[in-house]
Amino acid sequence: MSVIVYTENWEGKFKKSSYELVSYAHSIATELGVETVVVSIGQVADDQLNILANYGANKILSATNDKFAVLDNAAYASVIARAAKANNAKVIVFANNFTGKAVSPRVAVKLEAGLANSVTALPLSLDPFVVQKNVFNGKALGKQQINSDIKVISLAQNSFEIKEVEGSATIEAFDAGLNDAKFDTQLIEKNTVSGKIILTDAELVVSGGRGMKSADNWSPLEELAAILGAGTACSRPVADEGWRPHAEHVGQTGKIIAPNLYIALGISGAIQHLAGVSSSKIIVAVNTDPEAPFFEAADYGILGDVHKVLPLLVEAAKSFKAHQ
Amino acid sequence: MKILVCLSNVPDTTTKIKLSGDKSAVDMAGVQWVINPWDELALTRALDLKEKSNGKIDQITVITVGEKHTEPTIRKALAVGADDAVRINMIPTDDYEVASNIAAYLKDNPYDIILSGIESSDYNGSAVGGMLAEFLKVPSVSAVSFLDIEGEEPLMKREIPGGTETVKVPFPFVAIVQKGIALDPRIPAMRGIMMARKKPLTVVEPAGEGAKSSFANFDMPKPKAKVKMIDAENAGELITLLHEEAKVI
Ligand SMILES: Cc1cc2nc3c(=O)[nH]c(=O)nc-3n(C[C@H](O)[C@H](O)[C@H](O)COP(=O)(O)OP(=O)(O)OC[C@H]3O[C@@H](n4cnc5c(N)ncnc54)[C@H](O)[C@@H]3O)c2cc1C
Ligand SMILES: Nc1ncnc2c1ncn2[C@@H]1O[C@H](COP(=O)(O)O)[C@@H](O)[C@H]1O
Repeated sequence: MSVIVYTENWEGKFKKSSYELVSYAHSIATELGVETVVVSIGQVADDQLNILANYGANKILSATNDKFAVLDNAAYASVIARAAKANNAKVIVFANNFTGKAVSPRVAVKLEAGLANSVTALPLSLDPFVVQKNVFNGKALGKQQINSDIKVISLAQNSFEIKEVEGSATIEAFDAGLNDAKFDTQLIEKNTVSGKIILTDAELVVSGGRGMKSADNWSPLEELAAILGAGTACSRPVADEGWRPHAEHVGQTGKIIAPNLYIALGISGAIQHLAGVSSSKIIVAVNTDPEAPFFEAADYGILGDVHKVLPLLVEAAKSFKAHQ
Repeated sequence: MKILVCLSNVPDTTTKIKLSGDKSAVDMAGVQWVINPWDELALTRALDLKEKSNGKIDQITVITVGEKHTEPTIRKALAVGADDAVRINMIPTDDYEVASNIAAYLKDNPYDIILSGIESSDYNGSAVGGMLAEFLKVPSVSAVSFLDIEGEEPLMKREIPGGTETVKVPFPFVAIVQKGIALDPRIPAMRGIMMARKKPLTVVEPAGEGAKSSFANFDMPKPKAKVKMIDAENAGELITLLHEEAKVI
């Protein structure tokens, strides 16, 4: 028996979120007294795969095929479901990210399993199997009980602390049985921005609203983000004005993020904006208006003008980094 | 060619959420019901495609798994321009049940393009579209922000971390749509509202599988501790607090 965890790779490399996920799966497996089995799809070198043992992987199944270079939801789902069956999986763990959301529902159907997406902690109980997740865009918490024999869950970003363990894992080439299969998804064109921190992955985010006043005022914000190693975001009007690209817009109609730290500069904190950021662990609001709703959602607040506050933050961040 | 748009009937996103006394359910009394925002955009895009297709796309159907109280929302979709509607008559318990029941209906009523939203704003499942595709054994493309038909083939853009991919899949397929698929939802005009009353709304009984999960109960999120204010003159203090107290940097 096992807990299966699908770890995505990015050009053959794993990220901190992958370790978080393996660590999470390992905690459940330990409780259940079963193995932690990792499924990796696509070409990943053994030394990368081996790192996963430090987070609790016992067995790593590596499925490779040139066609895996393009995500085909159905093909990925069949690899993972096949691995789950071969290892008598009780629980299957995904990350609640682009790939996890695309593939986990298909895996659930293949295994006739109930699915809980965007789970925020370890299961509340294993029998019955109950997990907690945000519902109504974070306005309430739901305790979802999965009744099927196999359970499929996806873990919300930044919701589990990594635990390192002593251990080693076996690496096996996994025959996905898809060698002659025709994959349906054909890639025509790919556009990615390189070098920038991907907003939905970012652990720290610095964000600006209309209080920033104009596109020209963004350089100190970007500087603060660069010093902290943070991603940058903005409110919707800022993107609508063309001050910032739409890819940065967060909220109900934009991206939904849950970083460890969200710094909101000159953003009022409208409910539609909060819908995209309220799951952040720590929120900082900087605003000239003491009545700004963001202060109610924030952990730290600064009542003041962003144009005066930002340079002070940049300076403090610089000296903090210099002394680290 | 026919397009099916899955509609989830959800409380208006500004609704204040209250729990029932025993916390076993969310109290829906007095809630304003709306079409899930992504589904509204999906429908808008479907209508755009139909209008520019020179008759090639001849039918847009909306489907909801829900009881009678979902009908005003369905009528709104008809008023906006959908040709007909199907309601599968049940209160679904989870996404598995929704997808399975839509799939059962589609066995005898096939569509070329099926659109669903990336997430319902009520239980935030993010599952129906993918599950439906698996039940139907057809391709699915997720996080779709653009859909067009070029010649005989569909062309989609999907939002991947840090960028986009343009992809093609064969018909029939499920597109799970998100921001960008249409700019603003269409608003029903008076004429549309009048016409909607006469458009067919077929009610069918469920023929799919049962649920695999259910919500045992609910809680309200822990109220946030009161905000800690930092003097603007000493804004740099924030960095120290973020390191020493909050431990996030
Ligand atoms: C259906 C719908 C969906 C929406 N979706 C989104 C969404 O996804 N994301 C989103 O962000 N919005 C969304 N909105 C818009 C949302 O309602 C707000 O209008 C928007 O978030 C406001 O952006 P803002 O806070 O940047 O601007 P404003 O509301 O103009 O607020 C600016 C803030 O900056 C402060 N300020 C001004 N000058 C300074 C200064 N010098 N220093 C410090 N503070 C200053 C002001 O006190 C104010 O609080 C949506 C709206 C609707 C109706
Ligand atoms: N009861 C339902 N009836 C029809 N479609 C639904 C229903 N629930 C969800 N959907 C569709 O599935 C999408 C994602 O919902 P969910 O998987 O529940 O988050 C929605 O945007 C709808 O397109």
